[in-house]
Amino acid sequence: MLLSLYIVNKSGGLIYHRDFSSLAKLDTNDTLRLGSIWHSLHAISSQLSPVPGCKGIELLQAETFDLHNFQTPTGIKFFAVAECNSQGVDRFLKRVYGLYADYVLKNPFYELDMPIRCELFDLQLTSEVTLTMNA
Amino acid sequence: MSQRGSVLPPLVDRHILTSKTRNDVGVGAFAFLFSEIVQYSQTRVSNVSELERKLADVGFDVGVRMLELLVHREKAGKRENRILGILSFLHTNVWKNLFGKTADSLERGTSADDEYMISDHDLLVNRFISVPRDMGHLNCGAFAAGIVEGVLKSSGFPARVTAHSVTSEGLSRPKTTILIKFSPEVIERDERLGS
Repeated sequence: MLLSLYIVNKSGGLIYHRDFSSLAKLDTNDTLRLGSIWHSLHAISSQLSPVPGCKGIELLQAETFDLHNFQTPTGIKFFAVAECNSQGVDRFLKRVYGLYADYVLKNPFYELDMPIRCELFDLQLTSEVTLTMNA
Repeated sequence: MSQRGSVLPPLVDRHILTSKTRNDVGVGAFAFLFSEIVQYSQTRVSNVSELERKLADVGFDVGVRMLELLVHREKAGKRENRILGILSFLHTNVWKNLFGKTADSLERGTSADDEYMISDHDLLVNRFISVPRDMGHLNCGAFAAGIVEGVLKSSGFPARVTAHSVTSEGLSRPKTTILIKFSPEVIERDERLGS
């Protein structure tokens, strides 16, 4: 089950955050902090890798949750916190990337790298989440 | 050479207007172009109604050209001279060619005789656009309203055309209604022509 979704821009600023359950509630400052810490961790992980061509952390498994990360070629990170061993989270993140490309980037009132405030994106995301949760 | 290339004739030898390629413009390409038009216009206006005017002006030129093209291509040169004729031409032919489907409804205004409405639940130009709250009543369908105005004006039906967002129950997002208010002389002429 999905708990929350974060979108971080290429410089590490949180541009979108949404909780899907009352379990994993963080206040706004904490979400911003989490976003930029994850951004740095991700960057460090790819530099620490002993093998060349590492693209950074894709999945972080903890005792109580999984954190799935998806990074686009332009450096935007979509990551979701989900319950342990949730299925289909990676596919969900890719679909959210599709929604972002459609309803955020094609919206003339959206400024690149700024927080996402697009009604249609929220709407489509809600139906995508219901779809994933019921799958 | 790929297999596909050997089956189809070379690009330049193919007819431009086959039923297959006629509607072959990517929605994404159009959406980005339209988004850019809106952003460009935004830098040159100071308020929302000026922005709508600007978008309508762009649409107007599209409308003038679409009329010319469609009358020739689909109506064999026949010119509409009745209000209902030109409205159904807009609702069916123009919409189908521009947006790939007919408009969802064509109604007569309830308050006045000279008003007509064309509505679309998912107008292509608005498909990806979320208007921010501080822009209030802006509807980028003003572009489509401009197209309608261009078609009407150049076919001899001067009218004032505006686009509005209408929320209705049971729909997750507002539909776009294009309100057409004909000039008095158009109504007068239509009455004179009788039924």
